[in-house]
Amino acid sequence: MRLGVLFSGGKDSCYALYKAQKTDEVACLISVISKNKESYMFHTPNISLTKLQAEAIGIPLIQKSTEGRKEDELKDLKSAIRDAIGTHKIEGIVTGAIESVYQAKRVQKICNELNIWCFNPLWMKDQKELLHELVENGFHIIITGIFAYPLDEKWLGRKIDEKVIDELAVLEEKYQMNPAGEGGEIETTVIDAPFFKKRVEIIESDIKAEGNSGVLVIKKAKLVSK
Amino acid sequence: MILVIDMNHKKNSLAFSEFVLPIISVAEKTEVCVAKHYSETTQKEIGKYSKIILSGTTLKDNTYLDDVDKFMWIRKTDVHVLGICAGMQIIGAVFDSGVRRCEEIGMTDVETVKKNPLFSGKFSAYELHSRVIDVPEDFCVLAKSKKCAQAIKHKRKDIYGVLFHPEVRNREIIERFVGL
Repeated sequence: MRLGVLFSGGKDSCYALYKAQKTDEVACLISVISKNKESYMFHTPNISLTKLQAEAIGIPLIQKSTEGRKEDELKDLKSAIRDAIGTHKIEGIVTGAIESVYQAKRVQKICNELNIWCFNPLWMKDQKELLHELVENGFHIIITGIFAYPLDEKWLGRKIDEKVIDELAVLEEKYQMNPAGEGGEIETTVIDAPFFKKRVEIIESDIKAEGNSGVLVIKKAKLVSK
Repeated sequence: MILVIDMNHKKNSLAFSEFVLPIISVAEKTEVCVAKHYSETTQKEIGKYSKIILSGTTLKDNTYLDDVDKFMWIRKTDVHVLGICAGMQIIGAVFDSGVRRCEEIGMTDVETVKKNPLFSGKFSAYELHSRVIDVPEDFCVLAKSKKCAQAIKHKRKDIYGVLFHPEVRNREIIERFVGL
């Protein structure tokens, strides 16, 4: 089946893409760039990097921008998916939703209206298990957003490895923080993965943080051979 | 040993991890589980399992309704069966009920209408279906939403069907079924 992956460039959408490539043909990636930093639906820090990531992966990208007003975002997403159906003849959508009924329901409804399939290959997956699998499979993931106590700017730019997973597990235990950050506690950017034909090298970045909230903005990056 | 039957349109589909693995992750806390696609399930082996759970499918996938003959063992078995969403629909089809369009996506209020060992009272459940069954003659309704029957049980056997997805929200329902 020809599929389009809803792609934010973060770990969940990249892992969903990885899974989809094992069973089906991923014909395109779809990114919605929200101008609203508090977007209900779409991952925001470094979303503009998706263009470079798509180039690294070697799969065409459909990009759409949205003002990010709550339900208008969905109209823009629907329009992007409609474009993907027209241009890339996709028959279904893949998302990286894990626990969020809020996100899943909305994408399911859009796919239902457009009469296409909807797949959520990470659905209900144990969050720590997910992080371990990503590391084991050679995903190079960096933390580019923190939005919850007790995280601080020291977390920004860290590569997710077994040590970071252990630390996140401690925070889960102590503060009930979702270790994979699907609740928006952590945002991530994938700069290399097994299916990347080239890897992303960050040339210049900037940290903007205040208290328990902050982002690492990638200002300049390039593709390098693996 | 519990058999979880993959109801998706083909074996090893992308939907397996979405609809089958979450059931296994709950059920295997109590008992060893094996997963098999419905096309590979035979009448002969059914009796060796203690419980059977039929998974759901993606919203667009109704392929199983073209393969009702592969599920006729449900009529004869004495093993406890729980059909989830597509699983409930196939139970209906096996017992000659009609299927009609009725869409519910997302969290929905469900109300228990008959005492049963799996759930009680009012609760909010995750729905993902575009079709429902008419309740077959040999079954009673255990729960309903504003739109349709949400859970059914065979009047004499331990064959249950739930239209909502207890592997997403209300996982204790699967635990209780496994513990029956």
